[in-house]
Amino acid sequence: MKRIFASFLLVCLVSFSLQIKSFAYSTDPEKFITEIIDQAKLILNSGVSKEDKAKKLSVIALETVDVKGIGYYSLGKKRKELTPDQLKKYESLFEKYFLKSFTSRLTDYSDPKIAVLSAEIASEKYTIVKTMLLKTDKKPEVKIDWRVYTKDPNKPLIRDLIVEGLSLARTQKEEFASILSTNDNELNALFNKLEEFVNK
Amino acid sequence: MSSERIKIAVYIVALVLAFSSNTFAAEKYSANECFEKFSRGTLKFNQALDKAIFKPVAKGYRALPVPIRTGSSNFIENLRSLLTFSNNILQGDLKGAGNTAGRFTINTTVGILGIFDPASKMGFEKKSREDFGQTLGVWGADSGCYFVLPVLGPTTARDTLGLVGNVFIDPVYHLTHGSETDLVVGNENVGEHNYYIYKGTDAVDFRSKNIESIDSLEKNSIDFYASVKSLYLQNRAQKISNSPIASKSQDDSDWEEIDNQ
Repeated sequence: MKRIFASFLLVCLVSFSLQIKSFAYSTDPEKFITEIIDQAKLILNSGVSKEDKAKKLSVIALETVDVKGIGYYSLGKKRKELTPDQLKKYESLFEKYFLKSFTSRLTDYSDPKIAVLSAEIASEKYTIVKTMLLKTDKKPEVKIDWRVYTKDPNKPLIRDLIVEGLSLARTQKEEFASILSTNDNELNALFNKLEEFVNK
Repeated sequence: MSSERIKIAVYIVALVLAFSSNTFAAEKYSANECFEKFSRGTLKFNQALDKAIFKPVAKGYRALPVPIRTGSSNFIENLRSLLTFSNNILQGDLKGAGNTAGRFTINTTVGILGIFDPASKMGFEKKSREDFGQTLGVWGADSGCYFVLPVLGPTTARDTLGLVGNVFIDPVYHLTHGSETDLVVGNENVGEHNYYIYKGTDAVDFRSKNIESIDSLEKNSIDFYASVKSLYLQNRAQKISNSPIASKSQDDSDWEEIDNQ
């Protein structure tokens, strides 16, 4: 009986996790972003703990954001100097850093009201989806543009958020460059900072 | 404006243009450091000052009823539009100047001294502010080096000269300072202190609208100084380009190398 119950539980857990991971996002960038926003809203409005919200948002992020690409972009030209082992370590650290930073920013918002306004094809590889975080009593409205990478039209991925004209990916890249330049271009200094952030 | 002030203004502009290069388009998102150690120290000092004074004041301001905050924000914005108008003209943006003048006239009269914003409903779009630093940028001046000023925060050589330039072309400054403008006002009620109240309220209003976003930036940055620098420079480049589509000012070439790997 115990075995049957354990098997049933395992099947339930596996199918639940597959269900989360296998959500079929639209290939149309505007619908793609709308679906992500709707899913994030459901999570942020749910009564679960902040940690659980972060876990669920991480699943969405891994599915819809080009985390590896953003990591490479953030490292800039320094990436070419890395050994395969260093690169592997960086990719793993960056993913942890990114997810923590991403979910921490999002979980600060409860019940965000975002309107998807329009989409504009910027080039063969990019579509910009324009959205607006609506005004509240405390905060003014905020324009947020989602830079969607559409090189593979069947699998769009988010590469950047441009908040009121300010690129978060660029800010991150310049942050990494600053850490390297103030530490004699020493990669371990960046690794230490990332680890420090992940573990805090 | 007295001839001496005009001379100083012309000198400042000449100085900026003389030291500027034509590399603005290529370098618009970056600026060399003037004195990084000092700037990092100043930023920490500003953060401490913010924590002790500005943030609590901003939180108190936010506790005021929404109509009061909206009204004071509109009032300040209406006064601030006079400086935008001067810069619209200097940038040769006559359409923008028309829009700013239209908004000011409607909001000052129908909107009761700018407390309300009927102009937006009448089709006069609320646009971003302009200042003399932006005007110098539009004229082709490079940003010069980057540094952080005590209290005032991040800036560049060009934008610091812009701060000085603002004084010469801001009608609100002249209404509250100087003998020429006293003649226009016709009394001494519009004292200098009103100018600083106006500036202070503007700063508190800005801070109150950004409490969470600044907290989040501090919490999620691994090098807060670098984040602030990057955001400041991007913001200035965006404002100078006056691009209606924010994303168009972003440069695809940075991603090319990754795409082509």
